[in-house]
Amino acid sequence: MTGLALSEPALQPERRSFASRIAPVTPVTASAAPALQLSGISLAFGGIRALKDVSFDVRPGEIRAVIGPNGAGKSSLVNVISGLYRADTGRIVLGGESFAHVPPGRLPGLGVARTFQNLALFPGLSVAENIASGLVFRRPAFAWLPFLPASRREGRATAIRVREIAAFLGLEAHLPRLVSTLPFGLQKQVELARAMIADPRLLLLDEPMAGLTGTEKAAMAAHIRAIRDRLGLSVILIEHDIGVVMGLSDRIVVLDHGEVIADGRPDEVRRDPEVIRAYLGPDAAPLAGAA
Amino acid sequence: MDWYEFLFVIEVAVGGLLSGVMYSLVAIGFVLIYKTSGVLNFAQGAMVLFAALTFVSLVERGVPFALALVITLLIMGLLGLAIERTVLRPLANRSPMTLFMATLGLAWVIEGGAQLIWGTQVHALDLGISNAPFEIGGIFISNFDLVAAALALALVVVLTSFFRFTRTGLSFRAVADDTFAAIAIGLKLNRIQAAVWTAAGVVALVAGLLWGARLGVQFSLSLVVLKALPVLVLGGFDSVPGAIVAGLIIGASEKLAEVYLGPYVGGGIEGWFAYVVALAVLLIRPQGLFGRKITERF
Repeated sequence: MTGLALSEPALQPERRSFASRIAPVTPVTASAAPALQLSGISLAFGGIRALKDVSFDVRPGEIRAVIGPNGAGKSSLVNVISGLYRADTGRIVLGGESFAHVPPGRLPGLGVARTFQNLALFPGLSVAENIASGLVFRRPAFAWLPFLPASRREGRATAIRVREIAAFLGLEAHLPRLVSTLPFGLQKQVELARAMIADPRLLLLDEPMAGLTGTEKAAMAAHIRAIRDRLGLSVILIEHDIGVVMGLSDRIVVLDHGEVIADGRPDEVRRDPEVIRAYLGPDAAPLAGAA
Repeated sequence: MDWYEFLFVIEVAVGGLLSGVMYSLVAIGFVLIYKTSGVLNFAQGAMVLFAALTFVSLVERGVPFALALVITLLIMGLLGLAIERTVLRPLANRSPMTLFMATLGLAWVIEGGAQLIWGTQVHALDLGISNAPFEIGGIFISNFDLVAAALALALVVVLTSFFRFTRTGLSFRAVADDTFAAIAIGLKLNRIQAAVWTAAGVVALVAGLLWGARLGVQFSLSLVVLKALPVLVLGGFDSVPGAIVAGLIIGASEKLAEVYLGPYVGGGIEGWFAYVVALAVLLIRPQGLFGRKITERF
Protein backbone atom coordinates (compact mmCIF):
# COMPACT_ATOMS: atom_id res chain seq x y z
CA MET A 1 0.00 0.00 0.00
CA THR A 2 2.86 2.36 0.91
CA GLY A 3 4.48 1.51 -2.40
CA LEU A 4 1.40 2.72 -4.21
CA ALA A 5 1.23 5.89 -2.16
CA LEU A 6 4.89 6.60 -2.90
CA SER A 7 4.49 6.12 -6.60
CA GLU A 8 1.48 8.44 -6.86
CA PRO A 9 3.28 11.82 -6.60
CA ALA A 10 5.80 10.69 -9.21
CA LEU A 11 2.94 10.37 -11.63
CA GLN A 12 1.62 13.85 -11.10
CA PRO A 13 3.80 15.66 -13.68
CA GLU A 14 2.38 13.48 -16.42
CA ARG A 15 -1.13 14.52 -15.47
CA ARG A 16 -0.18 18.20 -15.40
CA SER A 17 1.51 18.02 -18.75
CA PHE A 18 -1.71 16.76 -20.31
CA ALA A 19 -3.65 19.53 -18.59
CA SER A 20 -1.33 22.08 -20.16
CA ARG A 21 -1.71 20.37 -23.49
CA ILE A 22 -5.48 20.56 -23.42
CA ALA A 23 -5.38 24.28 -22.71
CA PRO A 24 -6.46 26.36 -25.73
CA VAL A 25 -3.59 26.88 -28.14
CA THR A 26 -2.74 30.09 -29.90
CA PRO A 27 -4.25 30.24 -33.39
CA VAL A 28 -1.80 29.09 -36.02
CA THR A 29 -0.67 31.51 -38.65
CA ALA A 30 -1.35 30.76 -42.30
CA SER A 31 2.36 30.92 -43.06
CA ALA A 32 3.10 27.69 -41.14
CA ALA A 33 4.02 24.68 -43.29
CA PRO A 34 0.97 22.57 -44.17
CA ALA A 35 0.28 19.49 -42.06
CA LEU A 36 -0.41 17.58 -45.26
CA GLN A 37 -0.01 18.45 -48.89
CA LEU A 38 -1.26 16.39 -51.81
CA SER A 39 -0.16 17.29 -55.28
CA GLY A 40 -1.30 15.73 -58.53
CA ILE A 41 -2.60 12.49 -57.02
CA SER A 42 -4.04 10.13 -59.65
CA LEU A 43 -5.20 6.58 -59.16
CA ALA A 44 -6.80 4.15 -61.61
CA PHE A 45 -8.24 0.68 -61.12
CA GLY A 46 -7.99 -0.84 -64.58
CA GLY A 47 -10.09 1.48 -66.74
CA ILE A 48 -11.74 3.29 -63.85
CA ARG A 49 -9.99 6.48 -62.87
CA ALA A 50 -10.78 6.82 -59.18
CA LEU A 51 -8.71 9.97 -58.63
CA LYS A 52 -7.68 12.50 -61.27
CA ASP A 53 -4.92 14.97 -60.45
CA VAL A 54 -6.15 15.74 -56.93
CA SER A 55 -4.25 18.49 -55.12
CA PHE A 56 -4.98 20.25 -51.84
CA ASP A 57 -3.33 21.01 -48.54
CA VAL A 58 -4.29 20.90 -44.88
CA ARG A 59 -3.05 23.70 -42.64
CA PRO A 60 -2.03 23.09 -39.04
CA GLY A 61 -4.98 23.36 -36.67
CA GLU A 62 -7.53 23.24 -39.47
CA ILE A 63 -10.60 21.03 -39.88
CA ARG A 64 -10.54 20.15 -43.54
CA ALA A 65 -13.53 18.29 -44.92
CA VAL A 66 -13.57 16.13 -48.03
CA ILE A 67 -17.08 15.60 -49.37
CA GLY A 68 -18.59 14.24 -52.53
CA PRO A 69 -21.39 11.98 -53.75
CA ASN A 70 -21.06 8.19 -53.61
CA GLY A 71 -18.23 6.97 -55.80
CA ALA A 72 -16.58 10.39 -55.92
CA GLY A 73 -13.27 8.94 -54.77
CA LYS A 74 -13.33 9.87 -51.08
CA SER A 75 -12.41 6.41 -49.83
CA SER A 76 -9.71 6.04 -52.46
CA LEU A 77 -8.26 9.34 -51.29
CA VAL A 78 -8.19 8.22 -47.65
CA ASN A 79 -6.54 4.97 -48.65
CA VAL A 80 -3.89 6.82 -50.65
CA ILE A 81 -3.15 9.15 -47.73
CA SER A 82 -2.92 6.25 -45.31
CA GLY A 83 -0.78 4.19 -47.67
CA LEU A 84 -3.21 1.33 -48.27
CA TYR A 85 -3.29 2.27 -51.96
CA ARG A 86 -0.33 3.39 -54.01
CA ALA A 87 -1.12 6.41 -56.17
CA ASP A 88 -0.14 6.13 -59.84
CA THR A 89 1.20 9.68 -59.89
CA GLY A 90 1.60 12.54 -57.45
CA ARG A 91 3.35 13.33 -54.19
CA ILE A 92 2.22 13.39 -50.57
CA VAL A 93 4.09 15.73 -48.24
CA LEU A 94 3.71 14.74 -44.63
CA GLY A 95 5.73 15.82 -41.60
CA GLY A 96 8.34 17.51 -43.81
CA GLU A 97 8.89 14.39 -45.93
CA SER A 98 7.71 13.84 -49.48
CA PHE A 99 6.34 10.44 -50.46
CA ALA A 100 5.11 8.78 -53.63
CA HIS A 101 3.70 6.09 -51.36
CA VAL A 102 3.38 6.50 -47.60
CA PRO A 103 4.45 3.29 -45.83
CA PRO A 104 1.42 2.49 -43.61
CA GLY A 105 3.62 1.27 -40.78
CA ARG A 106 5.30 4.67 -40.53
CA LEU A 107 2.12 6.78 -40.30
CA PRO A 108 1.83 6.87 -36.48
CA GLY A 109 5.49 7.85 -36.30
CA LEU A 110 4.79 10.70 -38.72
CA GLY A 111 2.06 11.96 -36.40
CA VAL A 112 -0.92 10.69 -38.39
CA ALA A 113 -3.74 8.78 -36.72
CA ARG A 114 -6.94 7.59 -38.33
CA THR A 115 -10.35 6.10 -37.71
CA PHE A 116 -12.31 3.86 -40.03
CA GLN A 117 -15.77 4.08 -41.53
CA ASN A 118 -16.68 0.57 -40.39
CA LEU A 119 -14.64 0.55 -37.18
CA ALA A 120 -11.34 -1.23 -36.76
CA LEU A 121 -11.01 -2.21 -33.11
CA PHE A 122 -9.67 -5.32 -31.43
CA PRO A 123 -12.89 -7.06 -30.37
CA GLY A 124 -11.10 -9.34 -27.91
CA LEU A 125 -9.67 -6.46 -25.86
CA SER A 126 -11.20 -4.09 -23.33
CA VAL A 127 -11.90 -0.43 -24.02
CA ALA A 128 -8.81 0.57 -22.04
CA GLU A 129 -6.60 -1.89 -23.90
CA ASN A 130 -7.95 -0.76 -27.25
CA ILE A 131 -7.19 2.86 -26.43
CA ALA A 132 -3.71 1.94 -25.16
CA SER A 133 -2.96 0.06 -28.38
CA GLY A 134 -2.60 3.46 -30.06
CA LEU A 135 0.75 3.79 -28.29
CA VAL A 136 2.12 0.44 -29.44
CA PHE A 137 4.21 1.88 -32.28
CA ARG A 138 6.49 3.75 -29.89
CA ARG A 139 6.74 0.88 -27.47
CA PRO A 140 10.34 -0.08 -26.71
CA ALA A 141 11.43 -3.57 -27.66
CA PHE A 142 11.99 -4.65 -24.06
CA ALA A 143 8.39 -3.98 -23.09
CA TRP A 144 7.34 -7.56 -23.70
CA LEU A 145 9.11 -8.56 -20.50
CA PRO A 146 6.31 -7.50 -18.15
CA PHE A 147 8.40 -7.81 -14.97
CA LEU A 148 11.10 -5.27 -15.91
CA PRO A 149 10.91 -2.03 -13.89
CA ALA A 150 10.96 0.02 -17.10
CA SER A 151 8.04 -1.95 -18.50
CA ARG A 152 6.03 -1.47 -15.34
CA ARG A 153 6.77 2.24 -15.32
CA GLU A 154 5.67 2.44 -18.93
CA GLY A 155 2.55 0.44 -18.08
CA ARG A 156 1.58 2.90 -15.35
CA ALA A 157 2.21 5.92 -17.55
CA THR A 158 0.06 4.35 -20.26
CA ALA A 159 -2.77 3.62 -17.82
CA ILE A 160 -2.82 7.26 -16.72
CA ARG A 161 -2.79 8.50 -20.28
CA VAL A 162 -5.67 6.16 -21.16
CA ARG A 163 -7.70 7.51 -18.24
CA GLU A 164 -7.07 11.11 -19.32
CA ILE A 165 -8.19 10.49 -22.88
CA ALA A 166 -11.21 8.52 -21.66
CA ALA A 167 -12.18 11.35 -19.35
CA PHE A 168 -11.81 13.81 -22.21
CA LEU A 169 -14.26 11.81 -24.35
CA GLY A 170 -16.53 10.71 -21.50
CA LEU A 171 -15.58 7.04 -21.80
CA GLU A 172 -14.30 6.53 -18.24
CA ALA A 173 -17.19 4.36 -17.09
CA HIS A 174 -16.64 1.94 -19.97
CA LEU A 175 -12.88 1.41 -19.65
CA PRO A 176 -12.92 -2.17 -18.26
CA ARG A 177 -15.62 -3.39 -20.63
CA LEU A 178 -14.94 -5.61 -23.61
CA VAL A 179 -15.08 -3.24 -26.55
CA SER A 180 -17.31 -5.52 -28.61
CA THR A 181 -20.05 -5.25 -25.98
CA LEU A 182 -20.39 -1.48 -26.44
CA PRO A 183 -22.98 0.11 -28.71
CA PHE A 184 -21.71 1.25 -32.12
CA GLY A 185 -21.67 4.94 -31.22
CA LEU A 186 -19.42 4.36 -28.22
CA GLN A 187 -17.15 2.09 -30.22
CA LYS A 188 -16.63 4.97 -32.64
CA GLN A 189 -15.53 7.11 -29.72
CA VAL A 190 -13.15 4.41 -28.52
CA GLU A 191 -11.61 4.44 -31.97
CA LEU A 192 -11.28 8.22 -31.73
CA ALA A 193 -9.64 7.87 -28.30
CA ARG A 194 -7.15 5.36 -29.69
CA ALA A 195 -6.31 7.74 -32.52
CA MET A 196 -5.78 10.61 -30.06
CA ILE A 197 -3.65 8.89 -27.45
CA ALA A 198 -0.34 9.25 -29.27
CA ASP A 199 -0.78 13.02 -29.71
CA PRO A 200 -1.01 13.03 -33.51
CA ARG A 201 -0.57 16.18 -35.56
CA LEU A 202 -3.06 15.02 -38.18
CA LEU A 203 -6.25 13.12 -37.53
CA LEU A 204 -7.86 11.32 -40.46
CA LEU A 205 -11.54 10.69 -39.74
CA ASP A 206 -13.25 8.46 -42.30
CA GLU A 207 -17.01 9.08 -42.02
CA PRO A 208 -17.06 9.52 -38.23
CA MET A 209 -20.82 10.14 -38.28
CA ALA A 210 -21.76 7.09 -40.35
CA GLY A 211 -24.25 4.90 -38.51
CA LEU A 212 -24.66 7.28 -35.56
CA THR A 213 -27.95 8.55 -34.17
CA GLY A 214 -28.72 12.28 -34.12
CA THR A 215 -27.63 12.70 -30.51
CA GLU A 216 -24.47 10.71 -31.07
CA LYS A 217 -23.66 12.83 -34.13
CA ALA A 218 -23.94 16.01 -32.09
CA ALA A 219 -21.67 14.52 -29.40
CA MET A 220 -19.14 13.37 -32.00
CA ALA A 221 -19.11 16.81 -33.66
CA ALA A 222 -18.51 18.43 -30.26
CA HIS A 223 -15.65 16.02 -29.59
CA ILE A 224 -13.99 16.70 -32.94
CA ARG A 225 -14.21 20.45 -32.37
CA ALA A 226 -12.88 20.09 -28.80
CA ILE A 227 -9.95 17.97 -29.94
CA ARG A 228 -8.97 20.53 -32.54
CA ASP A 229 -9.44 23.52 -30.24
CA ARG A 230 -7.54 22.06 -27.32
CA LEU A 231 -4.85 19.97 -28.97
CA GLY A 232 -4.34 22.21 -31.98
CA LEU A 233 -4.08 19.32 -34.44
CA SER A 234 -5.30 19.19 -38.03
CA VAL A 235 -8.32 17.10 -38.94
CA ILE A 236 -9.25 15.62 -42.29
CA LEU A 237 -12.93 14.88 -42.16
CA ILE A 238 -14.36 12.54 -44.80
CA GLU A 239 -18.08 12.85 -44.37
CA HIS A 240 -21.44 12.19 -45.99
CA ASP A 241 -23.53 14.32 -43.67
CA ILE A 242 -23.40 17.74 -45.34
CA GLY A 243 -25.02 19.50 -42.40
CA VAL A 244 -22.30 18.32 -40.04
CA VAL A 245 -19.56 19.24 -42.50
CA MET A 246 -20.83 22.79 -43.09
CA GLY A 247 -21.00 23.50 -39.38
CA LEU A 248 -17.72 21.91 -38.42
CA SER A 249 -15.10 22.50 -41.06
CA ASP A 250 -12.87 25.44 -41.88
CA ARG A 251 -12.37 24.54 -45.53
CA ILE A 252 -14.00 21.95 -47.74
CA VAL A 253 -12.75 19.99 -50.76
CA VAL A 254 -15.51 18.67 -52.99
CA LEU A 255 -14.77 15.60 -55.10
CA ASP A 256 -16.86 14.34 -57.99
CA HIS A 257 -15.86 11.50 -60.33
CA GLY A 258 -12.38 11.59 -58.83
CA GLU A 259 -11.80 15.29 -59.51
CA VAL A 260 -11.69 18.30 -57.22
CA ILE A 261 -14.66 20.41 -58.37
CA ALA A 262 -14.58 22.96 -55.56
CA ASP A 263 -12.32 23.97 -52.70
CA GLY A 264 -13.04 26.72 -50.20
CA ARG A 265 -14.83 27.89 -47.09
CA PRO A 266 -18.22 26.31 -46.31
CA ASP A 267 -20.23 29.34 -47.48
CA GLU A 268 -18.31 29.46 -50.79
CA VAL A 269 -18.75 25.76 -51.42
CA ARG A 270 -22.44 25.89 -50.55
CA ARG A 271 -23.07 28.44 -53.33
CA ASP A 272 -20.83 26.81 -55.91
CA PRO A 273 -22.95 25.85 -58.96
CA GLU A 274 -20.67 22.87 -59.74
CA VAL A 275 -21.26 21.47 -56.26
CA ILE A 276 -25.00 21.92 -56.53
CA ARG A 277 -24.95 20.19 -59.91
CA ALA A 278 -22.91 17.27 -58.55
CA TYR A 279 -25.20 16.75 -55.58
CA LEU A 280 -28.63 17.56 -56.98
CA GLY A 281 -28.22 16.94 -60.71
CA PRO A 282 -27.89 19.42 -63.62
CA ASP A 283 -31.57 20.49 -63.53
CA ALA A 284 -31.35 21.70 -59.95
CA ALA A 285 -28.63 24.27 -60.56
CA PRO A 286 -30.85 27.07 -61.96
CA LEU A 287 -33.40 26.45 -59.20
CA ALA A 288 -30.78 26.73 -56.50
CA GLY A 289 -29.36 29.81 -58.18
CA ALA A 290 -32.80 31.45 -58.20
CA ALA A 291 -33.44 30.66 -54.56
CA MET B 1 -18.09 -56.03 -23.05
CA ASP B 2 -15.41 -57.98 -21.23
CA TRP B 3 -12.18 -56.51 -19.89
CA TYR B 4 -9.99 -57.43 -22.88
CA GLU B 5 -12.47 -56.04 -25.32
CA PHE B 6 -12.48 -52.79 -23.31
CA LEU B 7 -8.68 -52.67 -23.37
CA PHE B 8 -8.80 -53.16 -27.11
CA VAL B 9 -11.15 -50.18 -27.55
CA ILE B 10 -8.82 -48.05 -25.43
CA GLU B 11 -5.84 -49.21 -27.44
CA VAL B 12 -7.48 -48.36 -30.75
CA ALA B 13 -8.56 -44.98 -29.40
CA VAL B 14 -5.10 -44.12 -28.04
CA GLY B 15 -3.49 -45.17 -31.31
CA GLY B 16 -6.00 -42.95 -33.10
CA LEU B 17 -5.38 -40.01 -30.81
CA LEU B 18 -1.66 -40.23 -31.33
CA SER B 19 -1.96 -40.39 -35.09
CA GLY B 20 -4.41 -37.51 -34.82
CA VAL B 21 -1.62 -35.42 -33.33
CA MET B 22 0.21 -35.89 -36.61
CA TYR B 23 -2.78 -34.46 -38.48
CA SER B 24 -2.89 -31.53 -36.08
CA LEU B 25 0.74 -30.83 -36.80
CA VAL B 26 0.02 -30.25 -40.48
CA ALA B 27 -3.18 -28.35 -39.71
CA ILE B 28 -1.42 -25.88 -37.39
CA GLY B 29 0.70 -24.72 -40.32
CA PHE B 30 -2.50 -23.83 -42.18
CA VAL B 31 -4.04 -22.09 -39.19
CA LEU B 32 -1.04 -19.81 -38.65
CA ILE B 33 -1.25 -18.40 -42.15
CA TYR B 34 -5.03 -18.37 -42.37
CA LYS B 35 -5.29 -16.33 -39.18
CA THR B 36 -2.99 -13.53 -40.31
CA SER B 37 -3.65 -13.29 -44.00
CA GLY B 38 -6.98 -15.04 -44.51
CA VAL B 39 -5.29 -17.28 -47.05
CA LEU B 40 -5.81 -21.02 -47.14
CA ASN B 41 -2.21 -21.87 -47.96
CA PHE B 42 -2.50 -24.85 -50.21
CA ALA B 43 1.30 -24.95 -50.46
CA GLN B 44 1.62 -26.09 -46.84
CA GLY B 45 1.82 -29.72 -47.96
CA ALA B 46 4.48 -28.85 -50.50
CA MET B 47 6.40 -27.08 -47.74
CA VAL B 48 6.18 -30.25 -45.63
CA LEU B 49 7.62 -32.24 -48.53
CA PHE B 50 10.29 -29.63 -49.25
CA ALA B 51 11.42 -29.56 -45.62
CA ALA B 52 11.61 -33.34 -45.30
CA LEU B 53 13.33 -33.75 -48.66
CA THR B 54 15.90 -31.08 -47.89
CA PHE B 55 16.67 -32.58 -44.52
CA VAL B 56 16.96 -36.16 -45.70
CA SER B 57 19.09 -35.20 -48.69
CA LEU B 58 21.47 -33.27 -46.47
CA VAL B 59 21.78 -36.21 -44.07
CA GLU B 60 22.36 -38.61 -46.98
CA ARG B 61 25.19 -36.38 -48.17
CA GLY B 62 26.93 -36.82 -44.83
CA VAL B 63 25.82 -33.67 -43.04
CA PRO B 64 25.51 -34.39 -39.30
CA PHE B 65 21.94 -34.68 -38.01
CA ALA B 66 21.94 -31.50 -35.89
CA LEU B 67 23.61 -29.38 -38.55
CA ALA B 68 21.17 -30.65 -41.19
CA LEU B 69 18.34 -29.65 -38.90
CA VAL B 70 19.71 -26.13 -38.49
CA ILE B 71 20.36 -25.72 -42.22
CA THR B 72 16.86 -26.94 -43.10
CA LEU B 73 15.41 -24.61 -40.51
CA LEU B 74 17.25 -21.69 -42.12
CA ILE B 75 16.16 -22.73 -45.60
CA MET B 76 12.50 -22.98 -44.48
CA GLY B 77 12.82 -19.54 -42.93
CA LEU B 78 14.22 -18.13 -46.15
CA LEU B 79 11.52 -19.86 -48.17
CA GLY B 80 8.88 -18.22 -45.96
CA LEU B 81 10.47 -14.80 -46.44
CA ALA B 82 10.74 -15.35 -50.19
CA ILE B 83 7.08 -16.34 -50.46
CA GLU B 84 5.99 -13.25 -48.54
CA ARG B 85 8.14 -11.00 -50.73
CA THR B 86 7.44 -12.48 -54.15
CA VAL B 87 3.89 -13.80 -53.89
CA LEU B 88 1.97 -12.20 -51.03
CA ARG B 89 3.22 -8.63 -51.14
CA PRO B 90 2.48 -8.06 -54.84
CA LEU B 91 -0.97 -9.59 -54.30
CA ALA B 92 -1.84 -7.52 -51.22
CA ASN B 93 -5.50 -6.41 -51.06
CA ARG B 94 -6.57 -9.07 -53.57
CA SER B 95 -9.50 -11.37 -52.94
CA PRO B 96 -8.94 -14.52 -50.85
CA MET B 97 -9.69 -16.58 -53.95
CA THR B 98 -6.83 -14.93 -55.86
CA LEU B 99 -4.49 -15.64 -52.97
CA PHE B 100 -5.69 -19.22 -52.71
CA MET B 101 -5.01 -19.75 -56.40
CA ALA B 102 -1.57 -18.24 -55.93
CA THR B 103 -0.77 -20.73 -53.16
CA LEU B 104 -2.08 -23.53 -55.38
CA GLY B 105 0.46 -22.48 -57.99
CA LEU B 106 3.06 -22.10 -55.31
CA ALA B 107 2.45 -25.70 -54.22
CA TRP B 108 3.39 -26.95 -57.71
CA VAL B 109 6.44 -24.69 -57.88
CA ILE B 110 7.73 -25.85 -54.50
CA GLU B 111 7.03 -29.53 -55.22
CA GLY B 112 8.67 -29.28 -58.62
CA GLY B 113 11.57 -27.28 -57.23
CA ALA B 114 12.15 -29.75 -54.42
CA GLN B 115 12.29 -32.67 -56.86
CA LEU B 116 14.40 -30.72 -59.32
CA ILE B 117 16.99 -30.09 -56.64
CA TRP B 118 16.87 -33.35 -54.71
CA GLY B 119 15.54 -35.87 -57.22
CA THR B 120 12.40 -37.99 -57.25
CA GLN B 121 13.49 -41.19 -55.56
CA VAL B 122 11.98 -42.30 -52.27
CA HIS B 123 14.20 -41.70 -49.24
CA ALA B 124 14.01 -43.52 -45.95
CA LEU B 125 14.23 -41.18 -43.00
CA ASP B 126 15.46 -42.52 -39.70
CA LEU B 127 15.10 -40.09 -36.83
CA GLY B 128 16.58 -42.60 -34.41
CA ILE B 129 13.26 -43.06 -32.66
CA SER B 130 12.42 -46.69 -32.04
CA ASN B 131 9.09 -47.84 -33.42
CA ALA B 132 8.76 -50.71 -30.96
CA PRO B 133 5.47 -50.64 -29.08
CA PHE B 134 5.51 -50.83 -25.32
CA GLU B 135 2.88 -51.84 -22.86
CA ILE B 136 1.14 -49.77 -20.22
CA GLY B 137 -1.49 -51.60 -18.17
CA GLY B 138 -2.27 -54.04 -20.92
CA ILE B 139 -2.39 -51.44 -23.69
CA PHE B 140 0.21 -51.39 -26.42
CA ILE B 141 1.36 -47.94 -27.46
CA SER B 142 3.71 -47.12 -30.32
CA ASN B 143 6.87 -45.50 -29.03
CA PHE B 144 7.25 -43.46 -32.20
CA ASP B 145 3.71 -42.11 -31.96
CA LEU B 146 4.33 -41.11 -28.38
CA VAL B 147 7.54 -39.25 -29.26
CA ALA B 148 5.77 -37.58 -32.17
CA ALA B 149 2.98 -36.47 -29.86
CA ALA B 150 5.50 -35.11 -27.36
CA LEU B 151 7.27 -33.17 -30.12
CA ALA B 152 3.95 -31.77 -31.32
CA LEU B 153 3.12 -30.74 -27.77
CA ALA B 154 6.50 -29.01 -27.43
CA LEU B 155 5.87 -27.20 -30.69
CA VAL B 156 2.48 -26.02 -29.49
CA VAL B 157 4.02 -24.77 -26.24
CA VAL B 158 6.71 -22.88 -28.17
CA LEU B 159 4.14 -21.36 -30.54
CA THR B 160 1.81 -20.42 -27.69
CA SER B 161 4.58 -18.67 -25.75
CA PHE B 162 5.68 -16.94 -28.94
CA PHE B 163 2.18 -15.55 -29.44
CA ARG B 164 1.72 -14.61 -25.81
CA PHE B 165 5.06 -13.11 -24.84
CA THR B 166 6.82 -11.70 -27.86
CA ARG B 167 6.14 -8.47 -29.65
CA THR B 168 5.90 -10.19 -33.02
CA GLY B 169 3.55 -12.79 -31.58
CA LEU B 170 1.29 -10.17 -30.06
CA SER B 171 1.32 -8.24 -33.33
CA PHE B 172 0.30 -11.44 -35.08
CA ARG B 173 -2.73 -11.75 -32.82
CA ALA B 174 -3.59 -8.11 -33.40
CA VAL B 175 -3.53 -8.64 -37.16
CA ALA B 176 -5.65 -11.76 -36.78
CA ASP B 177 -8.13 -9.85 -34.62
CA ASP B 178 -8.54 -6.89 -36.98
CA THR B 179 -6.13 -6.18 -39.81
CA PHE B 180 -7.17 -2.55 -40.26
CA ALA B 181 -6.89 -1.82 -36.56
CA ALA B 182 -3.41 -3.31 -36.66
CA ILE B 183 -2.47 -1.04 -39.56
CA ALA B 184 -3.97 1.97 -37.80
CA ILE B 185 -1.75 1.54 -34.76
CA GLY B 186 1.35 1.23 -36.93
CA LEU B 187 2.08 -2.49 -36.88
CA LYS B 188 4.24 -3.52 -39.82
CA LEU B 189 2.12 -5.99 -41.70
CA ASN B 190 4.86 -7.17 -44.07
CA ARG B 191 7.18 -8.01 -41.23
CA ILE B 192 4.48 -9.91 -39.36
CA GLN B 193 3.50 -11.91 -42.42
CA ALA B 194 7.12 -12.79 -43.08
CA ALA B 195 7.42 -14.00 -39.48
CA VAL B 196 4.27 -16.07 -39.82
CA TRP B 197 5.39 -17.72 -43.05
CA THR B 198 8.68 -18.51 -41.37
CA ALA B 199 6.82 -20.04 -38.43
CA ALA B 200 4.68 -22.05 -40.86
CA GLY B 201 7.92 -23.23 -42.47
CA VAL B 202 9.19 -24.42 -39.10
CA VAL B 203 5.92 -26.26 -38.43
CA ALA B 204 6.22 -27.80 -41.90
CA LEU B 205 9.72 -29.00 -41.02
CA VAL B 206 8.56 -30.76 -37.85
CA ALA B 207 5.58 -32.27 -39.66
CA GLY B 208 7.77 -33.26 -42.60
CA LEU B 209 10.30 -35.07 -40.40
CA LEU B 210 7.69 -37.01 -38.46
CA TRP B 211 5.53 -37.89 -41.47
CA GLY B 212 8.64 -38.59 -43.52
CA ALA B 213 9.93 -41.01 -40.90
CA ARG B 214 6.61 -42.80 -40.99
CA LEU B 215 5.81 -42.87 -44.71
CA GLY B 216 9.22 -42.36 -46.29
CA VAL B 217 10.18 -39.08 -47.87
CA GLN B 218 8.57 -38.96 -51.30
CA PHE B 219 6.26 -36.95 -53.48
CA SER B 220 3.09 -38.27 -51.84
CA LEU B 221 4.18 -36.61 -48.58
CA SER B 222 2.67 -33.39 -49.89
CA LEU B 223 -0.70 -35.17 -49.89
CA VAL B 224 -0.81 -35.01 -46.09
CA VAL B 225 -2.71 -31.76 -46.66
CA LEU B 226 -5.64 -33.96 -47.59
CA LYS B 227 -5.55 -35.33 -44.06
CA ALA B 228 -5.32 -31.83 -42.62
CA LEU B 229 -8.34 -30.42 -44.45
CA PRO B 230 -11.03 -32.31 -42.50
CA VAL B 231 -9.16 -31.39 -39.32
CA LEU B 232 -9.38 -27.72 -40.30
CA VAL B 233 -13.06 -27.98 -41.17
CA LEU B 234 -13.78 -29.62 -37.84
CA GLY B 235 -11.62 -27.37 -35.65
CA GLY B 236 -12.14 -24.12 -37.49
CA PHE B 237 -9.58 -22.62 -39.87
CA ASP B 238 -8.46 -19.92 -37.45
CA SER B 239 -7.94 -21.75 -34.18
CA VAL B 240 -4.71 -23.46 -33.06
CA PRO B 241 -6.43 -25.24 -30.13
CA GLY B 242 -9.17 -26.17 -32.61
CA ALA B 243 -6.60 -27.80 -34.89
CA ILE B 244 -5.27 -29.86 -32.00
CA VAL B 245 -8.63 -30.99 -30.64
CA ALA B 246 -9.97 -31.69 -34.13
CA GLY B 247 -6.85 -33.69 -35.01
CA LEU B 248 -7.42 -35.83 -31.94
CA ILE B 249 -11.11 -36.31 -32.72
CA ILE B 250 -10.47 -37.18 -36.35
CA GLY B 251 -7.61 -39.52 -35.47
CA ALA B 252 -9.57 -41.41 -32.83
CA SER B 253 -12.86 -41.51 -34.72
CA GLU B 254 -11.35 -42.78 -37.96
CA LYS B 255 -9.48 -45.59 -36.20
CA LEU B 256 -12.54 -46.57 -34.17
CA ALA B 257 -14.70 -46.38 -37.28
CA GLU B 258 -12.27 -48.59 -39.17
CA VAL B 259 -12.38 -51.22 -36.46
CA TYR B 260 -16.07 -51.13 -35.57
CA LEU B 261 -17.85 -49.90 -38.69
CA GLY B 262 -15.33 -51.12 -41.25
CA PRO B 263 -16.40 -54.77 -41.25
CA TYR B 264 -19.98 -53.81 -42.15
CA VAL B 265 -19.01 -51.86 -45.27
CA GLY B 266 -16.10 -54.00 -46.39
CA GLY B 267 -13.31 -52.09 -44.63
CA GLY B 268 -10.99 -49.33 -45.83
CA ILE B 269 -13.08 -46.52 -44.42
CA GLU B 270 -10.14 -44.92 -42.60
CA GLY B 271 -9.27 -43.06 -45.77
CA TRP B 272 -12.56 -41.21 -46.11
CA PHE B 273 -14.21 -41.30 -42.69
CA ALA B 274 -12.57 -38.01 -41.70
CA TYR B 275 -14.39 -36.33 -44.59
CA VAL B 276 -17.73 -37.71 -43.41
CA VAL B 277 -17.06 -36.17 -39.99
CA ALA B 278 -16.05 -32.88 -41.63
CA LEU B 279 -19.15 -32.89 -43.82
CA ALA B 280 -21.41 -33.45 -40.83
CA VAL B 281 -19.72 -30.56 -39.00
CA LEU B 282 -20.10 -28.29 -42.03
CA LEU B 283 -23.85 -28.93 -42.02
CA ILE B 284 -24.27 -28.20 -38.32
CA ARG B 285 -21.50 -25.73 -37.48
CA PRO B 286 -19.98 -24.17 -40.61
CA GLN B 287 -17.36 -22.27 -38.59
CA GLY B 288 -16.05 -25.50 -37.00
CA LEU B 289 -15.86 -26.29 -33.31
CA PHE B 290 -13.57 -23.41 -32.37
CA GLY B 291 -13.62 -21.12 -35.38
CA ARG B 292 -14.73 -17.53 -35.17
CA LYS B 293 -18.35 -17.10 -36.08
CA ILE B 294 -18.62 -14.76 -39.04
CA THR B 295 -21.50 -12.34 -38.93
CA GLU B 296 -21.41 -9.38 -41.21
CA ARG B 297 -23.66 -6.39 -41.67
CA PHE B 298 -24.21 -5.40 -45.27
